[in-house]
Amino acid sequence: MRYIEYKDEGVFKSGHFACAGCIESLSIRIIVNAVGTDAVAVVPPSCGAIICGGYPNSSLSIPTFHTTLEAAAASASGVKRSLVARGKPDTTVLCLAGDGGTYDIGFQALSSAVERNEDILYICFDNEGYMNTGGQKSSSTPLQAVTGSTPAGKLTPKKNIVEILAAHNIPYVATASAGHAEDFVRKVEKAKNIRGTKVLIVLIPCLAGWGVADNAGIKVTRLAVDSGVFPLYEVEDGVKYTLNHTKKSMPVNEYLSQQKRYKHLSEQDIAEIQSGIDKEWARLEKRTQASVD
Amino acid sequence: MAGDSTPMLLSGNHAVAWGVRLARPHVIPVYPITPQTPILEKITEFHSAGEITAEVIAPESEHSAMSACITASLTGSRVFTATSSQGLLLMHELLHYAAGARAPIVMVNVNRTVASPWAFWPDQTDSLSQRDTGWVQLYTESPQESIDTVIQAFRIAEEIGMPVMVNHDAFYVSHAMESVEVPSQACVNDFLPEYSIPNMLDPDRGQSFGAPVDQATYNRVRREMGEALNNAFTACDSAHSAWMELTGRNYGVIEEYRTDGAELVLVTLGSMAGTAREAVDALREQGHSVGLVKVRLFRPFPNDQVIEALKGIANVIVLDRNYSPGLGGILHQEIKAALYGLQDGPKVHGLLAGVGGVNVTPAKIQELVLRYADNDPVVASIWVE
Repeated sequence: MRYIEYKDEGVFKSGHFACAGCIESLSIRIIVNAVGTDAVAVVPPSCGAIICGGYPNSSLSIPTFHTTLEAAAASASGVKRSLVARGKPDTTVLCLAGDGGTYDIGFQALSSAVERNEDILYICFDNEGYMNTGGQKSSSTPLQAVTGSTPAGKLTPKKNIVEILAAHNIPYVATASAGHAEDFVRKVEKAKNIRGTKVLIVLIPCLAGWGVADNAGIKVTRLAVDSGVFPLYEVEDGVKYTLNHTKKSMPVNEYLSQQKRYKHLSEQDIAEIQSGIDKEWARLEKRTQASVD
Repeated sequence: MAGDSTPMLLSGNHAVAWGVRLARPHVIPVYPITPQTPILEKITEFHSAGEITAEVIAPESEHSAMSACITASLTGSRVFTATSSQGLLLMHELLHYAAGARAPIVMVNVNRTVASPWAFWPDQTDSLSQRDTGWVQLYTESPQESIDTVIQAFRIAEEIGMPVMVNHDAFYVSHAMESVEVPSQACVNDFLPEYSIPNMLDPDRGQSFGAPVDQATYNRVRREMGEALNNAFTACDSAHSAWMELTGRNYGVIEEYRTDGAELVLVTLGSMAGTAREAVDALREQGHSVGLVKVRLFRPFPNDQVIEALKGIANVIVLDRNYSPGLGGILHQEIKAALYGLQDGPKVHGLLAGVGGVNVTPAKIQELVLRYADNDPVVASIWVE
């Protein structure tokens, strides 16, 4: 085992409210320390809002504004423009949102912020559902996953938000995972130094919502990457694709079988999911190749 | 001289844009909607000419516009926005949020009917239905009053640390043109100091804002918010007298017109006051002792001033260009509540006049006064078109 050194300026404190074993806290720690102390966070209702803490405590030493569920990108735009107007254009403005606040109710505000190319760093902690309200489906919930509102499994696939954001010609959008911490830190640092809108989609296995063992968060997120369910890649200016983890090295069932939300799957269901992943992987490889050519 | 001003032929909306320009805001998030749009367009015209240096944000909705207003305000900027009708309703969630966050935003709302059905006429149900959100609400009746009130609104908002909504009626005020005395920049600079509220989200402070609280904290925060809102009475008085000194134009939280010796007083909001004033003059000429009270400040509601103005009056007729289904005219209910328990208080008649933008002429108001003066009032508001 290799111990990974990463910068820790103590921006994220212990004593936070994450569920024991949840890797969202580790992900927040990676992000806020890579960004540093000259930053403001905007947090809509989400697991992240709970982890950041209730008054009078806060697990973040940077100022944090708790906004409404649908407004994270708009609220962040207000902070950034105000800082620009008041002569502090270099402060990083971070959004720490969930997938409900990004793929669903916050999407309109996000799309507009990207269209305006607001200089914000938007992080989506993607646990593939409304896990903070007890686990209901969002448009990020994958095909066949069981949630509180899809008890027989979801009938439609996960929304491809990276592709939608790329279609905005966003300066930078990438996927990241705490299971690949060096890649994650590099992406946050890279995004921080790009002017304009940057979005990182960070996969967070929800231990309770996905039915994953308390100590298996990192394992499951690594399986998601290795099986190609959650490819690690970057898109710059909507056209330049880079696959950061170039091997898809195992069948999807290795990943699915770790989770209770997929316990009901038949072999045919698994084959259908595998086929979807293979197609998406082939598409990404083509895009990556086209970017090199 | 600070008191210098330039007369310009302006619509109510362009008068607002001039007021905003003179107030020197730092951030203006704004979304178009009829009949507010001329405010937005005049502001962006000033902006592109370098006459307004604010950061202008043009987001995809009023919801995002108000979201950006709140955080820009808390980040140490003077902030303005404008909307109308459906736009104000879309902001509803954020109106509560802005007041709770104590963000001294100034917003102009152009009073327009709310759908369904779709319509574009003057009607104050849009803003009156936001009366519980914690915003200061002011109503104006002319382009001159709108420019003056917008400038005053920034001072009031920043003094009490609460958001202020200035309302003027669709078309009657928003698009009607009149000669407006536009104050000089020096005059406005004298009246409205540099923005001095600190950046609450400064990394050096490192404090969170709006995090979940326990019951007792929530209770305390709401009480403090109510106290701050009530400071609007003294802030308005101080703004009005400073403005009077600089410009000679006098405003109060209510305006009394020919109420001395009146036996019947009309009470209304916004542009209806101009029409009612003409009706009062005509009725006075005919020998009827009639006066007018215009409610300029609607939130916080000026109970003391209303009682003072209406005590000893035999009859009060409230004209409401708004409608709360299942209740009636909103101003009617507020006036009755203010006068409740007053010894020998006036008989209060509530008339739903001009709802949906239906035209109400001075002659119509004269007719209503003569028809209802001798009637016993009923509890419910009465449709009179």
